[in-house]
Order: sequence, then structure tokens, then C-alpha cells
Amino acid sequence: MKTVTEIILPQLAESLVEATISQWLKQPGDHIEKYEPICDLITDKVNAELPSTVSGKLVKILVGNGETVPVGTAICLVETDEVSAETATGAPGGGQAGDGAAAQAKAAGESMRGRYSPAVQYLAAEHGIDLRQVTGTGMGGRITRKDVLAYIAASGAESKPDGQEGKERQASSGQDANRTNTGSVVAIDEVKVPVRSSGLHLSETPKIPTVEVQGQSVPGPGEYFIDVTPVRNTIASRMRQSVSEIPHAWTMIEADVTNLVILRNKLKDEFRKREGINLTYLAFMMKAVVNAIKDYPIMNSVWAVNKIIVKREINLSMSVGTEDSVLTPVIKNADQKNIAGLAREIDDLARRTREGKLNLSDMQGGTFTVNNTGSFGSILSKPIINYPQAAILTFESIVKRPVVINDMIAVRSMVNICLSLDHRILDGVICGRFLQRVKDNLESYDLDTKLY
Amino acid sequence: MPAISYLEALRQAMREEMERDENVFVLGEDVGVKGGVFTATKGLYEQFGELRALDTPLSESAIVGVAIGAAMYGMKPIAEMQYSDFMLPATNQIISEAAKIRYRSNNDWNCPVVIRAPIGGGVFGGLYHSQCPESVFFGTPGLKIVAPYSPYDVKGLLKAAVRDPDPVLFFENKKCYNMISGEVPEGDYTVPIGKANVLREGDDITVIGYSLPLFFAMEAAKELAEEGISAHILDLRTLQPLDREAILEAVRRTGKVLIVHEDNKTGGVGAEVAALIAEELLYELDAPIMRLCGPDVPAMPINPPGEKFFMLNKDKLKEAMRRLALY
Repeated sequence: MKTVTEIILPQLAESLVEATISQWLKQPGDHIEKYEPICDLITDKVNAELPSTVSGKLVKILVGNGETVPVGTAICLVETDEVSAETATGAPGGGQAGDGAAAQAKAAGESMRGRYSPAVQYLAAEHGIDLRQVTGTGMGGRITRKDVLAYIAASGAESKPDGQEGKERQASSGQDANRTNTGSVVAIDEVKVPVRSSGLHLSETPKIPTVEVQGQSVPGPGEYFIDVTPVRNTIASRMRQSVSEIPHAWTMIEADVTNLVILRNKLKDEFRKREGINLTYLAFMMKAVVNAIKDYPIMNSVWAVNKIIVKREINLSMSVGTEDSVLTPVIKNADQKNIAGLAREIDDLARRTREGKLNLSDMQGGTFTVNNTGSFGSILSKPIINYPQAAILTFESIVKRPVVINDMIAVRSMVNICLSLDHRILDGVICGRFLQRVKDNLESYDLDTKLY
Repeated sequence: MPAISYLEALRQAMREEMERDENVFVLGEDVGVKGGVFTATKGLYEQFGELRALDTPLSESAIVGVAIGAAMYGMKPIAEMQYSDFMLPATNQIISEAAKIRYRSNNDWNCPVVIRAPIGGGVFGGLYHSQCPESVFFGTPGLKIVAPYSPYDVKGLLKAAVRDPDPVLFFENKKCYNMISGEVPEGDYTVPIGKANVLREGDDITVIGYSLPLFFAMEAAKELAEEGISAHILDLRTLQPLDREAILEAVRRTGKVLIVHEDNKTGGVGAEVAALIAEELLYELDAPIMRLCGPDVPAMPINPPGEKFFMLNKDKLKEAMRRLALY
């Protein structure tokens, strides 16, 4: 016997609601095998061939090439023989639940009529029932335990209500072989736990459990708590990373910047008028550093375990402190800028840092860091390298001090320059030369120095 | 009675036990400052301090080992395995030490440790965050194993587990954490270990299970009731020792039994329940004993269709229950 079966558009992916048939691979009249591709599908997510769910002859195409239909729509009709039709329409498998038994029962037709379960035989024997008189409502006409119970109830011989019937049966079975259960059967009847109804709901799809942020505990009398801001957290992790990964070494040199002080004092008012910004010492110092890096490019490098990466671009990171954080915006291609240009960049970045208007690009690409610690009066500091750079340099306060020049004592404007270095990359000799070059550059500023 | 979540019931039980007895403490990975990855121990660190909400290294063997030692010394540790999948490194401590101490020392020593471990999938956790390892420990005399389904039982059984003088494995279902809520009394009560609970009465089929699949069974039973099929549902609650009497009573009621669990079919708890029924109740059975379990594949797939295939759900339960009813 032939049966016509629909093949429906399956849900190919989780969120898919529709698909387009791009091309039929089979035409009406073709014979198709189960799992054989019958058409090509186009969806938002994938393009796929649709395998047939049955074997048989393609009778009719319901959805033509290029048409888009929702999931679940029948797209073609396939004529199958009876056996395959039954498997096709059979209920979807429910896990591993007794498939064998069910299938057996189904296939057996009425053959289960004479198969009596232990419970049925037991009840029949107990009540003296001829099972041939009992109607079977189970699979394959099988007489179920309930059928027997119903028969007993209906026969009137023992016309007791169902509940009592059940109880009697329980009691009698308790006297049976498993005597150990007698007590417990009674006990359970007594301790009927009330069925709790819990307010369950299915509406919300369970998510991967999220981690809640913990509430703060109560501070003690002598302390109070400050929230760790995201920027503080970043600073903390970067500092820790730098200190724990980079073997820091530290060195310091002293420079005589008397001439620089004179130079700046001469130029600053006019510069202010002309450019609208302050001419800071930092601009001169940065220029001195950049020029020294050009002579010692290894200062501008990164440790990469099996190699050292020397950066061609000199992008100076500049530490800018705010009330509650420190940021290091970057002056790109600092070697391409003159002193005035550096002064403008410094002013711009410092102002935008304090206003909180830095872009991500302002923060990226630094290759060497300069920190003007002198701005808050320090005369000596031991900076932490701005990871993953190779070194960081600080300018301390310019202070007038008596110094010996040509065996005479003079009052000069002196500055300390401190350097923390990655000792994996840099050693004392190279850093000594580098600092010496910075010092030379600073000391060589004079009234002829050009800002532009 | 307020309705609270499965997870909140866990928290309440631990907090109340820690308040009641200063020997009770929790330990595990991130149970302290973070309050547990599922927030099950949230607030304990703040309330009881770091010595009673102990953050440990990532070493389950050490966590359980320390807990066993503390328990033998008179403390009442609650050791958390972050996922039951991670419990296996501690298996030697659990099976060879905790389970055997009383026996080995001829009753001189005991080990009142509780080991909490979240089981189950359906949370897109894949291979290492979805396992149900009940069967690994199930055949080990000396251990008690509980696997509650309702928030009421979570709180009551965890309290009972803490007070139990012997090691108790507490398998909580992570998908139930926020999905299942129910009425839970405020204040102190316990649910006895070793006692099953009838969730629903019926006389066509009997469903026996534990943990999450019971949720699907209850939903399916509700729908099947409209088709005239009435299901009797038994929550084992305790897997070791099994409540024999309750199982036999529930089966005797209908003569048709379906055993469900998410752990895979072969060698699972259901096998033992089925054997028990076959041993005791052959003459009362009206249908072959059926089991609906996770498939015998090595792990929960990470891909959503695979996970869906692996997991039990209401429709699978309904289909199996209907088939058994019609048999």
C-alpha cells in the first residue's frame, strides 16, 4: 500500500524561522532515498542541502525554486510504501525509554491480547477472574492491571469503591512474600506528605549563572571604604604587571640647566603671547630625551622573550596626574616635532587628560615614558616602567644649588634626572651613555636655541 | 511562607547552620570574597569572616582533604566543588578516606563533612560544566548522597547533611538554581536523609526520579492529566541510602514505572532502582520497567542542538509517560 508523506522544512538552526529554496535537486517522478539531498536551501545563517526524511517517489513539489517559506511548511509530497510511512509518522523517539518494548507492542497488533503481566495474573488469581472475559485496553489489546481492577469493580461481586479496593489489595499484597514491607506500607499511608506546589515557571530561559558583585562589608570604626574605580583598577593591574614582570633597575644623573632657565625666562612671555600656551621646561626636556633616544635607539624597545623589538617611531608617553589617577597620553612621532610643537602637544594632552577628554588613540602606541615629577616638588623618584616599554625617565625639580665649577663655587640651577630601566634589555653602560646624552642636550641649550 | 529560589534556599541553609554552630564553615574555590561562582555562598564572608568562608587554591583534592581532616577533628565543614565535574580529582579523598573512616577505625572516628557539588547541564556548559557524577559515588557504602529537587528540600536536606555525623554528598542542580522556586519556611527545620517524597499522586503510572527531571515530569503530568492519564511521581531526594519502602510503595500503586534521571542510563541510579523493583515486586508489575535517562555518550555536547538532544525535557517525559500509560 502506498502512502503520501509530506516533507516539511526543518528548523536548521536555533533561531531560524524561514528559509528559501534555491534549487530543487529532485523532480516529480524521481525516486529518492532517505537522507538523499532533495533541494538546496538558503537561510540567514547557512546554505544547506535538505536531506529527505523518507524513501519513496517524489510526487509533487509544493514550494518552488526561489520561494521563501516559514519553518514547518510542507515543501513536497513523497509517495512511500507502508513500512516507511509508519516509521515516518511514528512518534519521535523519547530518549532511551523502553523503545524495544513499545515497538514490539505496536508491531504485534492484537498479539498482546494473551500476554498477561504478573500484576494482571496475580489480580486474576486473587479474585478468581477468567481473563478471557476482560476487555483489554492496552497496547496490542493487552489487558492491563487497570482493566482487571475495572472488571472487578464492575462485576459487582465485590462492589466496593475503587479506593477501598486499592487499599485492600495493598494490605493483602503486604502479607505476601515480602513480609518485610508490611509495616512500611502502613507507615507510608500514615505519613502522607502533603504535596507541595512550588511556584515554578518556564517562561524565563535559564541563563549561564551570572556572578553578582559582592556588597561591601561594614568598615571598622577607624577606617572607611573607597570604591575602586575602573581606572584605578587598570592602574593597579598595569603597575603590578610591570613590577612583577620587568626586573627594574634605577639610576640617576644630575644636569646643570642654568642656561635653560635663562633661555626660558627670556622666551616664555613672548611665547605665551604668540602661541597662547605656556612654554614649559618639559618641552625642552622632552626634546633632549628624544634626541638622546635617536642616538641610542635601544632605549625605545620592548622585551619579547626571544627577541628585542626596537621601535622606529619615537612616541613619548607623558605621565599626567589627575586628582585620583595617573594617565599616560602619547605624543606621536615626538622626534618630528620642534620644541614649540612639543609644548603645544604637552599643553593639549595635559589639558584634555584633566578634562577627561582623551581618546583611546591618545593613549596608544607609546614607546618611552617621560614623567615630570618635578612639577610636584620631588627631587628624586623611582618610577615604575610603563609596561611593556623598556624605560621611564623623570625630571625632578630644578633647584638652585652651590656647585663646584673649575674649583670655584657657583650657584647654579640643577636638576636630577632619574631613569628606571628594564634590565633584561638595558644595562648600566648603555643607560649611562643615554643619560649622559640627555644631560649634554640639556646643558647645551643656550640663548641661540631655536624653538621652531 | 515566602517563595524563594533553589539558590536562596541553599544560602539560607548555610547561613543558618553557621549561625547555629560555630564549628560549621564553608571552603572552596571563590566561596569567600566572591561568594561563589553561582553566588551560593554570597554574604557568608561578610557575615562570618575569612576563616569561616575560606577561599582555597584550585585543588579539589586539597579542599576535600582539608575538609575531611577538619571534620575528623570535630569541625563541620561544607566543602564546595565549583562544578561536580571538578569533583573527580577529589574522588580518592571522598571514596577512600571520607567513606571509610568510621569503618576503618571501628567507630573511633567519624567524618561529618558535607561536599556540595552542582550537577547537570542545560546551561551551555559543555563537557566540563554539565556532568552528573552521581553514579561514580553511588555504589560506595559509607557515603550518603542527596540530590534535592525543591527549594524546601534543599534547605531541609542541607541542614540535615550538616548535622549528619557521616559524610554527605550534596548534589544540587545548577539549572534549578534560579529556575525553580518554592515555598520555604523561614527558620529551622530539617528533611530527613533517606526519605523519598511523593510529589504527585496518581494511579496510571509511577515516575521515580530526582533533581531537575522531576520538574519536567511534573509539567508533563499536568498536561497528561488532561488526556486522562494520572501520574504518581516520587522524588527520591536521597540516592544513598535509597528509600526502598517508598519506592516499592510507589510502584505497587500503579504497576507501571518509569525511572528518570539526567545521568546516563547505563550504570545509573535508575539501574539500581529498577533492580530493586525487579527483586521485590515482580508479581505486581503490569509493564516492563522503563528508564528515561541521558544517552550513553561521553559528555554533554557544547553545541545547542546536541545539548538539546542530550537533555531531558517536558516533551520527552510526556512521550515516555504516555507510552507507558498506554502499554
